[in-house]
Amino acid sequence: MTIALLGDSAVVLAIASAADETALERVRAIASALERDPPPGVVDIVPAFATITLFFDAARAGEFARFCEDIRQRALRAGGTLDRGDARVVEMPVCYGGECGPDLGEVAAKSGIDPAQVIALHSGGSYVVQAIGFAPGFGYLGGLPEKIHTPRRATPRTLVPAGSVGIGGVLTAVYPFATPGGWNIIGRTPLNMFDANRTEPAILRAGDHVRFRAITEEEFSAWK
Amino acid sequence: MEVSVIRAGMLTTVQDLGRTGHRAAGVPLCGAMDSLALRVANFLVGNPENTAGIEFTLAGPELVFSADALVAIGGGEFGALPSWKPLEIRAGDTLKIGHAHRGCRGCLAVAGGFTLAPVLGSCSTFLRGGFGGWKGRAFRDGDVLEAADVIRRTTGQWHIDERILPAYSAAPELRLVPGAQADDFGGEFFSTEFEVSSQSDRMGVRLKGPALTRRTTDGVPSATVVPGTIQVPPDGQPIVLMADAQTIGGYPQIAHVISVDLPLVAQVRPGDTVRFRKVTLAEAHELLLARERTLGILREGIALKFL
Repeated sequence: MTIALLGDSAVVLAIASAADETALERVRAIASALERDPPPGVVDIVPAFATITLFFDAARAGEFARFCEDIRQRALRAGGTLDRGDARVVEMPVCYGGECGPDLGEVAAKSGIDPAQVIALHSGGSYVVQAIGFAPGFGYLGGLPEKIHTPRRATPRTLVPAGSVGIGGVLTAVYPFATPGGWNIIGRTPLNMFDANRTEPAILRAGDHVRFRAITEEEFSAWK
Repeated sequence: MEVSVIRAGMLTTVQDLGRTGHRAAGVPLCGAMDSLALRVANFLVGNPENTAGIEFTLAGPELVFSADALVAIGGGEFGALPSWKPLEIRAGDTLKIGHAHRGCRGCLAVAGGFTLAPVLGSCSTFLRGGFGGWKGRAFRDGDVLEAADVIRRTTGQWHIDERILPAYSAAPELRLVPGAQADDFGGEFFSTEFEVSSQSDRMGVRLKGPALTRRTTDGVPSATVVPGTIQVPPDGQPIVLMADAQTIGGYPQIAHVISVDLPLVAQVRPGDTVRFRKVTLAEAHELLLARERTLGILREGIALKFL
């Protein structure tokens, strides 16, 4: 476990070198312990990949070396406390292909399988949220079956509709907002991934487990 | 009281000191680009420092107040109005802020603040997300917002000592602490003068200069960023991330501008130049603590001026 600077108002606690499932479990355990009882001066805690970034107010954090040592000690204490069963599982309905997923055919062709197999693989996978970033509520999901790993599009689309489900290399993700985007769009969820007026605005949190469930176009249109 | 926006000016938004505590959900900090300017403007009208004010860029708005008000402008110098002092506005008066003749951004504080509903604990406008502040967007001509009916007066003649303000400049030297990929780059970063690009916005100040080249082709993992982080994209032209920057970035991080110098970044305009100088973390923190002590004294001193 190492602590690195991120400017003069944040430190990055690195839990492991790669964001594998064990590392993500530990990140989640340590981050929730830090959130329950934040070290003095800490104003924001961001679990992302195999790291946790702690933003602090230097005027309240006290002597810096002691501040870092306190974080290290807390992280070491919390690192082994996780109950593997307590991760949230979020299920997301997805309408695959058609207008919702214009790149489904291309992903299938590049993977050498037919579109139905892409849907079966994608919706059969078990994913973990490695980080939330890029945009509010945008989760980087690891666990995509290797068969459908697909490089990003050479030319990004100028507008990807909100709710679009994309594949970008080894990751999959859902676009919370309509934005330009370079991922291969294979479907769309009717869920509102981020709403600033909800108590918890983002549907996903780092460390959550995610499953996709295929729905029909009719179910998608009827979704409220 | 009503405040009517006759002319919106350029990129005029409601901002406070930012939306802290939601970065884990990917929500950027937002808030005033020059947070010191907003804090001092709030002191000058007797507000708590985090009260939302109006930030404007290069061209200030024209506003009409329906009742007497006390306002103050911090940051750049605009039109004929004095910055850094309380200004009494009469009911029906037009406050014409005008164009910046020094600096890039101004913050207008109004005694009592505006009547706005916080979103996720803040009244800052998050433009890309379309929420917070005034309807989640920049002001347009004709908008009318509510402000508290608060009458405050200050005593006699006084002014704040300008030596306590940041060394605003069209060619500032920005102090840095190293970033995670600092060693991937040569020392030319510190001997080069960079020009501020017109592509700069609230997300980041883009710089132009000789392309910085990385000595390695190793991939850089996506990682958290903070306002002040300097990223170097593949074209070698550095970007200083600012208030609206996303929470995670995928480009190499060469350095971070220290907190006390962020107001200097907020005030450069296209065509200005910046240079960089390394400091230690301990120096950065000493400077920050000294600035906070000064602001504390200033706040108490100004509070004594109110009748």
